Amino acid sequence: MWKLREHIKPFLPAALFVMFLVFLEVMATLRLPDLMSEIVDQGIARGNIALIWKTGGLMLAVALGGVFCAILGAFIASRASTGFGRDLRKAVFTKVEDFAPQEFNKFGTASLITRTTNDVQQMQMMFLLSMRMAVRAPLMAIGGVLMVVKKDARLALILLALLPVIALIVGFVILKGIPLFKSLQAKLDRLNLVLREQLMGVRVIRAFDRDLYEQERFGEANLDLTNTTLKVNRIMVTMMPLMSLLTNFVSIAIIWVGSKRIDAGLMQVGDMMAFLQYSMQILWSLMMLSMLFVMLPRASASADRILEVLETTPSIQDPPQPQTIDMGHGVLAFENVTFAYPGADTPVLSNLSFTAKPGEMTAIIGGTGSGKSTVLDLIPRFYDPQSGRITLDGVDIRDLTQTELRSYLGYVPQQAVLFSGTIESNIRGGKQSATDEEVAEAARVAQAIEFIEEREEGYDSYIAQGGTNVSGGQKQRLSIARAVVRQPQVYLLDDTFSALDYKTDAKLRTELAKSAKDSTVIVVAQRVSTILHADQIIVLEDGKVAGRGTHAELLANCEVYKEIVASQYGEEAV
Amino acid sequence: MSTKNENRGPSAGRGHGGFGPRGIGRPVEKAKDFKGSLRRLLGYMRPHQLSLVFVLILTILSTVFNIFSPKIMGQATTVLFEGMLAKMRGVPGASIDFEAVGRILMLLAGLYVISAIFSYLQQLLMVNVSQKTVYTMREDISSKLSKLPLKYYDATTHGEILSRVTNDVDTVSQSLQQSVTQVITSLISIIGVLIMMLTISPVMTLITLGMLPVSAFISIFIARRSQKYFIRQQKILGELNGHVEEILTGHTIVKAYGLEEDAVAQFVRVNDQLYDTGWKAQFVSGTIMPLINFVGNIGYVAIAVVGGIFTSRGMITIGDIQAFIQYSRQFTMPITQMASIANVLQSTVAAAERVFELLDEEEEPEDDHQAVVLTNPRGEIQMQDVSFGYDPAKPVIKNLNLQVQPGQLVAIVGPTGAGKTTLVNLLMRFYDVGEGSITFDGHNIMNLNRGNLRTMFGMVLQDTWLFEGTIKENIAYGRQGASEEEIISAAKAAHADHFIRTLPEGYDTILGEDASSISQGQRQLLTIARAILADPAVLILDEATSSVDTRTERLIQEAMAKLMEGRTSFVIAHRLSTILDADRILVINHGEIVEQGTHGELLAQGGFYAELYNSQFVAELAHEVG
Repeated sequence: MWKLREHIKPFLPAALFVMFLVFLEVMATLRLPDLMSEIVDQGIARGNIALIWKTGGLMLAVALGGVFCAILGAFIASRASTGFGRDLRKAVFTKVEDFAPQEFNKFGTASLITRTTNDVQQMQMMFLLSMRMAVRAPLMAIGGVLMVVKKDARLALILLALLPVIALIVGFVILKGIPLFKSLQAKLDRLNLVLREQLMGVRVIRAFDRDLYEQERFGEANLDLTNTTLKVNRIMVTMMPLMSLLTNFVSIAIIWVGSKRIDAGLMQVGDMMAFLQYSMQILWSLMMLSMLFVMLPRASASADRILEVLETTPSIQDPPQPQTIDMGHGVLAFENVTFAYPGADTPVLSNLSFTAKPGEMTAIIGGTGSGKSTVLDLIPRFYDPQSGRITLDGVDIRDLTQTELRSYLGYVPQQAVLFSGTIESNIRGGKQSATDEEVAEAARVAQAIEFIEEREEGYDSYIAQGGTNVSGGQKQRLSIARAVVRQPQVYLLDDTFSALDYKTDAKLRTELAKSAKDSTVIVVAQRVSTILHADQIIVLEDGKVAGRGTHAELLANCEVYKEIVASQYGEEAV
Repeated sequence: MSTKNENRGPSAGRGHGGFGPRGIGRPVEKAKDFKGSLRRLLGYMRPHQLSLVFVLILTILSTVFNIFSPKIMGQATTVLFEGMLAKMRGVPGASIDFEAVGRILMLLAGLYVISAIFSYLQQLLMVNVSQKTVYTMREDISSKLSKLPLKYYDATTHGEILSRVTNDVDTVSQSLQQSVTQVITSLISIIGVLIMMLTISPVMTLITLGMLPVSAFISIFIARRSQKYFIRQQKILGELNGHVEEILTGHTIVKAYGLEEDAVAQFVRVNDQLYDTGWKAQFVSGTIMPLINFVGNIGYVAIAVVGGIFTSRGMITIGDIQAFIQYSRQFTMPITQMASIANVLQSTVAAAERVFELLDEEEEPEDDHQAVVLTNPRGEIQMQDVSFGYDPAKPVIKNLNLQVQPGQLVAIVGPTGAGKTTLVNLLMRFYDVGEGSITFDGHNIMNLNRGNLRTMFGMVLQDTWLFEGTIKENIAYGRQGASEEEIISAAKAAHADHFIRTLPEGYDTILGEDASSISQGQRQLLTIARAILADPAVLILDEATSSVDTRTERLIQEAMAKLMEGRTSFVIAHRLSTILDADRILVINHGEIVEQGTHGELLAQGGFYAELYNSQFVAELAHEVG
């Protein structure tokens, strides 16, 4: 928790005030038995009924003060903790938005999502608990001890002598419990893993008729989990009876020793009664505290996970003094570019050089290991090359702001991505200021008009999260329309059309070629058929250029290209 | 695997425990059929009847002892007080009767020890009962899952099934362990404490009881308001989590199109809403406990005053006041507990019901007793007038007739889509045909043993499925009890042996959940090795090797060619050579089989295939190559 002190700071005054209120509330709670003892010792023993009434009224006032503090405390605490959660969540999300894909790969998208959502939620809860419970319990214990000592220091010694025993028991349970809790989590994960595998592989499992085997596998994980849970719980259930037994014995001891002291005239009966109540309060608050300790490791793990995100510096930064190009022509050049993914031994691209010119189509082909998709990822600066440079109209792209650089690009990834909203809002993602005509034109080029108009709501049709309510082909077309609407200087197309049927595919290519006739088009292709007419084809193998030229030239003199053609069309095609 | 993450999404804040009575002020899920599901849940506990009877007895005893102890402790105080009063008033020879105090304390100690032992035993038994119950529940689910038809898996998200097996079962286990005994304890406490209070002082009892409606009114009133906020908070949290998930998943697009500001702006908007509702929910529900405590304190004060007056008039003893205060505290606890238990019970039964829903899903019909097991399959397949549709109203296959002789090659051509899976689904009886029949070696596949039928097919598809385990285990999955030599020779035949040996642990390399240690192409080689080892009569292959480098692609093709030799093969074809060699071509478009025939026949028809072939494979090539 303390690790996030930077983010707690703004809420520190509120938190301190809450703690103060909790303190008052605790004092009020502790004052009640004290007043009660006065009723017994002064009122009952002396038969002073007026005093009983007066003290009763005082008790009522104290209780009222206590509840006022508690409610005010709850008010401030809930505002502070939710506010803390809100700000922390925003900090994490904004930070993650600054991340380059490299950081996404490092953390994993799923993990980043969990960190932004569940982990923050966890911290928020922990903050709330710390403010109220964590402070309350020790205050209660300390206040209780003070009161007890005030009442009768000698008698308090019994309590103090027993405290270490209780601490020992709690400590033992925590020490034994925490590793078991961790292993419990691991067993649970294991069960989930087995189940998830079985759900995903259901066809294969059935195909090999291995249902029984899979049931056994699940059974093993299940048994393991059950046994560990039993172990954990068997320890946990000893705690409550043991603790209540201890507290009860403390009371017995207090009464016994107390009665001796009363007999000797060193103490009064009311004092002893208050004493009993205090000791209960002390012991229960200690137990509360121990429960908090059980939660601590989990919260600490969440804090670590959040910090890890917050302390990561995005690998891609804007230059301190950015240059600009005025609506460039779109000449894109790779100059001796070498790039290796972080942690990889061998570069994906080595010494890659080529120039893509406006009005031309540059195609890149090769297997995935060949690094062709990486070429596209370097252009919007998702990654920076280790050596060499990429220039746009002669300017190193690292000298431009990311915003400017990307405003020239129309990027269409292999996996079409849509956002929840409408068809129109998705197309407009490419250019917020687009007119309705521009949106319609982009839809036309991307061959999306037909299915848009088929829908009752047309451009206002709702798109679900992740675009799950449109087909794969429709997703792709909208994703292309988004690129078209901004009329980019440079198109970056990553084997975009795989989900389309052949006719639509062909039409789209023709229309796109017309629409992009003044732009630089860089296509990463899977199928040779899609790039036959490219002005220049770059054949990549193992990150190196294995050939460049037109289709005919490459067929004549590039072995790797011939291999690719042969693998797609059969030997006779070569 | 592509679907790997789908269940990783943030659960919309479910299962955040925390302190305080569970469930107070929070919205409660309601079961659809509370009685029926509860009865069924109890049925699960029937095998543990004896334990439960013991639990009941132990709980009753330990609670009763607990109820008696304040009264007894009060007696000790009374003895003290009276002794002291006597001394104060100067009664000659008066002193505290230590013998009596000692006797009372010994009795008390005995009660405490027995009560602690009983409550420990009771909880221990309950842990066993609840864990064994959920163990059985999970086993039932697992066995159920193996009997469910593919239709169920295709229609249900993994996340949903997973959540039933983990979250819901977990809820049930937690509640069984805690709530069952809590219900008993609370009930007995309420009755017992009430009796004890009445024996001490009916008037003071009346005061305590008078406080009850006040507390009840406060909790109900506030809970109703806080539930409203909690429900809204849940909804906004879901929206927020959805937004985060969406933006982070589409991160590259957000960056490429400079949409960060919009994304953050929307995030801030929802985040602020969450704050507005969140703190209110937190605050309103947070006032319940202090207010109830306050009411409790009023009662405390009232008892202190009234008790004080009564005692000074000699109507009750001082020890009884002490006992009464303890009782009145003990009295409110089980009552608030009962309120929250009612909620817990509701959501437990709702969770159990979701598990039962899964257990009640329609199963694949069982194999007939006379189901035929083919020992020497040849691989002859015939389809007669087969019609099928996932939605009966929308048939995707209409009157399909197809004859495949053993060893023949059937090419499936067309854009990628649902079509190829449909055929696999029908052949392997993942789905049953709507009309018509499919025969295997002359037997209607409906009459064959399902497991046996499926093992006669080998599948090598694009999305490979490997499980967490060693490479060896993954290959051997194709055939139980395969020897090490057989595994290695299968790997060799699949051209996988080489790369496996370059891995640090060789065949014992453990493939992780994401199997990131090996590439997509290598995964595909492993599945080919698995199919080779399984030695099926019929093959279903997907030629697409899109995410593989050219070398590996060649290896895969060679391995596939070897695998196809002498076997009936259904191939999702991507290569011209395969198509030309095929004995039969099925043309699929939009998930429907639109044409079938040999290459020659189909070209002559001049239909979709001819157009496809001309546009895709020949014209351009012929033109360019010249």
